[in-house]
Amino acid sequence: MSAGRVLCQWGVLARVVELRLASVLWLVLAGWMGSSAWAYDVVDDRGRTVTFTAPPQRVVSLLPSLTETVCELGQCSRLVGVDRYSNFPAAVQKLPQLGGGLDPNIEAVVAVRPDLVLVAASSRAAERMEALGVRVVVLEPKTHADVQRVLRKVAQALGQPVAEADKVWRHIDAAVSAAAQSLPASARGTRVYFEVNRAPYGAGASSFIGETLTRLGVKNILGPELGPFPKLNPEFVVRANPDVIMVGARNASGMTDRPGWKAMRAIAGNRLCVFSLEESDVLVRPGPRMAEAARLMAGCVARQGAPA
Amino acid sequence: MTLPDQPEPPPHALLQPAPTGRPDTGARRALWLGMLLLALGGVLGLASLAVGSTGVEPLANVLGALAHLLTGGEPGARAADQALFAQIVWDIRAPRTLGAFLAGALLGLAGAVAQGLFRNPLADPFLLGSASGATLGVAGALALLGVSPMTTHWVVRLGMTGSAFVGAVLAVLLTLLLAKGVQHTLRLLLAGVVVGVVLGAFTSLVTLLTPDILQAMQGFMLGSTGFVGWAAVGIMAGAWVPCVGVALAFSRVLDGLSLGEATAASLGLPLGALRVALVGVLALATGTAVAQTGLIAFVGLAAPHLVRSAVKTTHARLLALSSLMGGVLLLLADTLARGVMAPQELPVGVLTAVLGGGYLLWLMHRRVG
Repeated sequence: MSAGRVLCQWGVLARVVELRLASVLWLVLAGWMGSSAWAYDVVDDRGRTVTFTAPPQRVVSLLPSLTETVCELGQCSRLVGVDRYSNFPAAVQKLPQLGGGLDPNIEAVVAVRPDLVLVAASSRAAERMEALGVRVVVLEPKTHADVQRVLRKVAQALGQPVAEADKVWRHIDAAVSAAAQSLPASARGTRVYFEVNRAPYGAGASSFIGETLTRLGVKNILGPELGPFPKLNPEFVVRANPDVIMVGARNASGMTDRPGWKAMRAIAGNRLCVFSLEESDVLVRPGPRMAEAARLMAGCVARQGAPA
Repeated sequence: MTLPDQPEPPPHALLQPAPTGRPDTGARRALWLGMLLLALGGVLGLASLAVGSTGVEPLANVLGALAHLLTGGEPGARAADQALFAQIVWDIRAPRTLGAFLAGALLGLAGAVAQGLFRNPLADPFLLGSASGATLGVAGALALLGVSPMTTHWVVRLGMTGSAFVGAVLAVLLTLLLAKGVQHTLRLLLAGVVVGVVLGAFTSLVTLLTPDILQAMQGFMLGSTGFVGWAAVGIMAGAWVPCVGVALAFSRVLDGLSLGEATAASLGLPLGALRVALVGVLALATGTAVAQTGLIAFVGLAAPHLVRSAVKTTHARLLALSSLMGGVLLLLADTLARGVMAPQELPVGVLTAVLGGGYLLWLMHRRVG
């Protein structure tokens, strides 16, 4: 983190100094660190090789977790536009919003003259923007392993040393472990149901949220065989009778009135963690705030959980 | 679902509500079909009680669980397990089963009413914009939840069900307003289409601006009986009774209307009253069903056609049989939706479309071929 701040200050400096001077500075820096040459390649999640002749200085991110990744690497100042859902850190809220990840405003993206656009694989916009001569790197973080991989890819694309990304990752990873260790031994094995939305879809063991639960040492009532986000028969949850239920504020209302749910251990004992909208953003985004997500979930289990 | 043998009707008969043939055979066939559907409903109801998150369970276990409820259960190590199972069967599966049947019955009835009223075989219960209104209601409620304590408070008081119902009724009122009343069937139809498209666009806008409600919205649009409890069953039954009553009371006028609007008017039939009453039935029936179970496709469109393919009869019988047919169709679809990949669920709307649509296509080709 502290190294990230130092680099962020470099970035601020780079914005203040005139652009040409800045790129010279970066060149010198890059040469000094010995990690990247003049031109370098990044292979993105489509398997496409994207070539950079100099580290990009005008970056657009069209996915909140990618925005957070750029900032976590201390390169927030290089962002010149984000999608409308990117709301963290606070600095990006002042940037122009260029549509959503799925429906970016291509004209607006082109208008900010980006030299790199970071976008999710689910967006159709990548090819259109490439046709318009914009350099696009497609990255799709879905799991814990993806967060680490995407950190490295973004660092590479920005011309940052990969060692920096690895350092950030070690911090995140250690913080997740710390969150797990903060749980009292009695809370281990608490049986948890995380409801993603009211259809109801639950977070399975192979989802990003499920992986965090596994790291915390609590038991997810949804096994890995159900896939990442299974649409459940509500009866399944009643039968599984979890100790604790986690749910976002948007989906919490009316949960206790569902037929047969009142008698469940978690609802009868009011062992329900309702996460606010901001907290939900942290929980569901596979990005550098995953340690904070782990802390939120650990806090919930520590408050509510005690296996029967 | 097998049909009794029947004489080869003309090709357009599938889409013709007009009764043909001798009335007494029609009445007998209608009675048979009614009994067949009731029996089928009963069998499916029992099957539905046995299908849940663990797949298919022996019916004996289910009946044992219900007996456990009545007798208070026997003491022993398995008592807690049995109490849980009894609770699942009684509090979840039983209302779900009845709820699926009732929602299907409401949609089937509404479909028959819409097709009779608009004299159009493609009319479906959502014609007057109720579906898009309900969807917008749910999207708005989901988007407002958790945004501020004020809005959350109101949405929680209204609930998803309430929002859907209010949305459906407001959409129908908007349609009536745009059509300037119910005097002109075509104007009503067009206004309904416009309201449907415009509200649908607003829903898409709301969903796009708050993408984390996307999946929940998709769930609503494909329908589910997952959260139908006894209260919901009570509401649907309470809506079904007056809807059937009013529809049956106007069934003779619908028979007259099938001769054409001008003829019906020249016969002195109360067409104005008919439109007001049946639009009311449509709004209440679809609003109630949509609010409790989401948008379940095709039941309302297919049920009257399936009935007409089996019997040519008067509107009174057609309305009653369509309602039964809708109930059976949705119950069948819901049972399958729960059982096929338990404990995961298929959206029931997918199955109603596949079952109802597939059967209808098969009927059509059998006739042509």
